[in-house]
Amino acid sequence: MTKVARNPLLWVLLLLLSLIFMGPLVVMGLTALKTPGDAQAADWSFWPSEFTARAFELLFSSPDNPILRWFLNSLIAASAHSVLVVITASLAGYALARMDFRGKNIMFAIIISTMFVPGFIFMMPNFLMLDRFGWLDTLLAIVVPGAAGAFGVFFMRQFFLSLPKEFEESARIDGAGPFTTFFRIMLPNATPALVTLLVLSFLANWNDFIWPLYVLFNDANLTLQPGLSKLQGAYTIDYPVIMAGAVIASLPVLILYTFVQRFVIEGVASSGVKG
Amino acid sequence: MARRTSAGAGGRAGSPLTPYLFLAPYLVLFVTFVAIPAVLGLWISLHNWDYMLDNRPFVGLQNYAALFDETSVYYPDFWNGMKNTLIFTVASVPFLVVLPLLLALLLHQRFPGRTFFRAMFFAPYVLGVAVIGLMWRYLLDSNFGMVNDILGTEIAWTTSQPWAWVSLVFVTVWWTLGFNAIIYLAGLGDIPTEQYEAAALDGAGWWGKFVNVTLPGLRPVLVFIMVTTILASANMFGQSYLITQGGPTNSTETAIMEILDLGLSRYQMGAAAAESYLLALFLGVVSIVNFWLMRDKDAAAQNKLLKQQRKGTGTRRPDDVPATPASLEVSR
Repeated sequence: MTKVARNPLLWVLLLLLSLIFMGPLVVMGLTALKTPGDAQAADWSFWPSEFTARAFELLFSSPDNPILRWFLNSLIAASAHSVLVVITASLAGYALARMDFRGKNIMFAIIISTMFVPGFIFMMPNFLMLDRFGWLDTLLAIVVPGAAGAFGVFFMRQFFLSLPKEFEESARIDGAGPFTTFFRIMLPNATPALVTLLVLSFLANWNDFIWPLYVLFNDANLTLQPGLSKLQGAYTIDYPVIMAGAVIASLPVLILYTFVQRFVIEGVASSGVKG
Repeated sequence: MARRTSAGAGGRAGSPLTPYLFLAPYLVLFVTFVAIPAVLGLWISLHNWDYMLDNRPFVGLQNYAALFDETSVYYPDFWNGMKNTLIFTVASVPFLVVLPLLLALLLHQRFPGRTFFRAMFFAPYVLGVAVIGLMWRYLLDSNFGMVNDILGTEIAWTTSQPWAWVSLVFVTVWWTLGFNAIIYLAGLGDIPTEQYEAAALDGAGWWGKFVNVTLPGLRPVLVFIMVTTILASANMFGQSYLITQGGPTNSTETAIMEILDLGLSRYQMGAAAAESYLLALFLGVVSIVNFWLMRDKDAAAQNKLLKQQRKGTGTRRPDDVPATPASLEVSR
């Protein structure tokens, strides 16, 4: 197989693809450090003729576009959301994988079937639900409803099914009840799945655009994604400022991704094959 | 611990209520934000439901009938959105199915740095649509953007047709290629190497192996990719919203943009709910047809493969149709 590695065509292809996939991100970062004149020059240039932090300074001091507040909102919402998903989905997934009870199969079938229903049909009724709860224009609107999605339960159930039954049997012999067994034995053994689900939920929530766009209204309450859309409207062709906003929204996920890319990629891979 | 009873099969212990206690937190969420809204949505669609008005009279199926009545105010926008969604889906799905397969075949080779490249090609997918939308809106800018500069063109990528569609398809492929590639890669890894060895013994070349081993082996994955990719493309929203703003002259305004604008910006929720249920029905039919078509071929191909191999070893497990990772493909 080393024959492949010595083929220069492979490396030319990989280099080209790397440029296509990474190039735009590098340009985004460099543009955020350009002066407006530089970014609006008739001739586009890759490298800034002069480096400036103007775009970031402008953003950090704009009262109409409180990007640090949006950043904090996104961080709080995505963290709370992913923790909520991991707790509720691991409990439910465990019961569906390892316990016998009346109505189990029909319950599982109903929950799983909702994964095939497109999300947009829930948006208007959920808007009314949030209105009833007084949750519109609050972070609760971003944190809670999405945690009702079936993916986490499905994912955790699949994982618990794969653990050996001996875990529970030896725990029972040691006199542990179901809750002790779950928290002391099963959860620690599920750490990789829990981390994967935590990261996937965090990323999905951090990146969600369409839902916060319609349920958050006031400048101070926005998360980053609808905030970016607002920046685009406010700064039109002041691209360094818009790119600076995009950099601020992407850095945390890119950093998170470089540390846990294995979990992300394995989580995605398992969603297709082991279903 | 006296309350604990040893409950037969599988070795579960605890009271009969225990499973429901484990399920309760999730079920509260599920009932509140999935089950009730599913019914409430249907209920809304049977009313002239203006969010801003207190009077929301029952109108039966009128909201649905209006969508097939050319004189209705909702008719032109809805079908314009449906047409645009269809255009985008038909234009993007072939690329999103074929190109990731080629990338997966490339990354399936053994070479140093393979994991690194895999992670890099997947990286755009971890960014949100708002980030990639703003970024490509700039890169595609007809006056100041990188794309025209590199290509030496003066094309209005986001404000003229057909370039607006070309841009939206390209950006979507760039953004989500890695997702499908990862799923293909996992599928390639599941094909037993003995099958390739058997094909080699039969004198199959690279193409022969691809057609007789790789493609049949990937069928369940291919079904999954076809179904989820069609759904994701039909759900396209952010790219149009941020890159072309639905333009030029509403030519890239997708069905979802139209539905959400009607329901959640103009608050005509009854009509919008009816539109959303009709679109969901269309997508459901497309998915079922898709499953059915690909399942049929799957079984046929597997039989053919079995006959060719003339032995029981190396048959792949008959996978159930895999489920959608709903949280991953929402606002693609």
